[in-house]
Amino acid sequence: MASALRQGRLAIQERLRKEAHGEPYLDAPPEEASHPAEADESRKGVLQDSPPLNGVAIELDAVSKQFGSKQVLRSLQLAVEPGSFVAIVGQSGCGKSTLLRLLSGLDQASSGSLRVAGQEVRGIHPAARFMFQDSRLLPWNTVLDNVKLGLTGSGSDDPERRAYEALKLVGLADRAGEWPSVLSGGQRQRVALARALVGHPRLLLFDEPLGALDALTRIEMQRLIEHLWRQQGFTAVMVTHDVSEAVALADRVILIEEGQIALDLRIALARPRNRDAGFAHFEQVILDRVLARDDREQRGPHVPLYDI
Amino acid sequence: MQKIKRKWLIQALPWYIPLFILVAWQMLGSTGLMPERTLPSPLEVFQAGWKLTTNGELAAAIGISTWRALLGFVIGGLLGFILGLLNGVIPLSEKLTDSTIQMIRNVPHLAMIPLVIAWFGIGEEGRIFLVALGVFFPMYINTLHGIRSVDPSLIEMGQVYGLRHWQLYRRVILPGALPSILVGFRFALGIMWLTLIVAETIAANSGIGYMAMNAREFFQLDVVVLSILLYALLGKLSDLMAKGFERRWLRWHPHFAKEGSPFKSA
Repeated sequence: MASALRQGRLAIQERLRKEAHGEPYLDAPPEEASHPAEADESRKGVLQDSPPLNGVAIELDAVSKQFGSKQVLRSLQLAVEPGSFVAIVGQSGCGKSTLLRLLSGLDQASSGSLRVAGQEVRGIHPAARFMFQDSRLLPWNTVLDNVKLGLTGSGSDDPERRAYEALKLVGLADRAGEWPSVLSGGQRQRVALARALVGHPRLLLFDEPLGALDALTRIEMQRLIEHLWRQQGFTAVMVTHDVSEAVALADRVILIEEGQIALDLRIALARPRNRDAGFAHFEQVILDRVLARDDREQRGPHVPLYDI
Repeated sequence: MQKIKRKWLIQALPWYIPLFILVAWQMLGSTGLMPERTLPSPLEVFQAGWKLTTNGELAAAIGISTWRALLGFVIGGLLGFILGLLNGVIPLSEKLTDSTIQMIRNVPHLAMIPLVIAWFGIGEEGRIFLVALGVFFPMYINTLHGIRSVDPSLIEMGQVYGLRHWQLYRRVILPGALPSILVGFRFALGIMWLTLIVAETIAANSGIGYMAMNAREFFQLDVVVLSILLYALLGKLSDLMAKGFERRWLRWHPHFAKEGSPFKSA
């Protein structure tokens, strides 16, 4: 495992070296395997271009969470394979953000067992990183210092260089010395992404990270996240409001309703994904499921507003 | 060339009004419209200043006043800062001390002068005590407020990224509280001079305030006016100092950005 990790790092460094010589990072040609788990068999020979096996497995067993008398998550059962990309959708207040906070260790489950990489989650996991809806950059630190924050506790020997390389990954190396206040919203989110990536996370949690961005920046960021996920091979869990974003990025879309998993759908589309008929099909399946519930509820006395 | 000239005219903008007042004042004095016994003219004040500079009295007075002001400021400011920090961070400490401090705060500290004279006579301790007392409260309140108003989402971010205890304070909480702390710092500087003036005027045997009171005894109004102008100058100097700190420590703040900001501070 350790040597596989090291080889993965070598592959990234090779990648960085190539990019430093002017090769584009965003529109890199699709790599031969679309899924880290599938790539596992063939990885030995072609290490350089296949994603390193870096991600962690997540197992939830009968996880519940309540705040006072309010039951937010009810006996959740879920297993996520290492290196996969899972999107969680659901109406506001369905508990999807709570689930993410439990995974990150920011909150504790009321009951049940929650394991990351085979270990019970107790406190903030050192190999997990969190990307928030707002970038949460420290306004009094330069862009580079903000990225270096992602290396806290890693004892890296050359944080400056690693932070700089992470900035290169998101295409903002030339803004390293600036204050966050002069960046646009999309640029700030890219810096936050660099900060999350610089410590080579094995689990990356996204809490609607693109919710506040305009449509074009969103699509650009989605492509960047997908690209970096495939390159680095971490496990990704993304909470989103946007069904089409979920279908564009995830191997698996999970719909949560009233604290329970209402739908668990594998998205069997090749990457990179185009918004074609297959794409529309999956989008429709999820939307139908959500709207069917909406119809049921409309017969009831009150009509809730959905945000997906 | 034209452009440079224009820039200078704009740069000098804050000095137009003081200059006008000075000229008008001198005219009133030299035409005899305003008798010397009411207000000496600027020239006379300048001459008095020159005389006191050459015999060394002025430097000694400024020196001793500045020393008192700074010592009181450091003691009171540091105590206010530390207590504000403690109460911002430790809820138990806040519960224990905050309401007491708020009660004392509402007593005007200058009302303590009779008591202070009774305790310390007209020695140094009394004046420094008063300055420290006056400076303590703005520092305390603004430090506490600054720490409380640090964006909790940034603190959460710091925790997720593995910042612990001291690191979290150094990297997130203190820099976040700094704008408010510097506001307290500026307030405290103002209160520092005010307290010192009153304390030196009432109970002292040296310093600028004493110089003014002594001159009044002999009806040397030029020296009195000189002292008043000195206080104005010293106040302005400490304000510049506070602004300097703001510009240095809040460079990241859009409000204090050097260039390209519509809110460029002077």
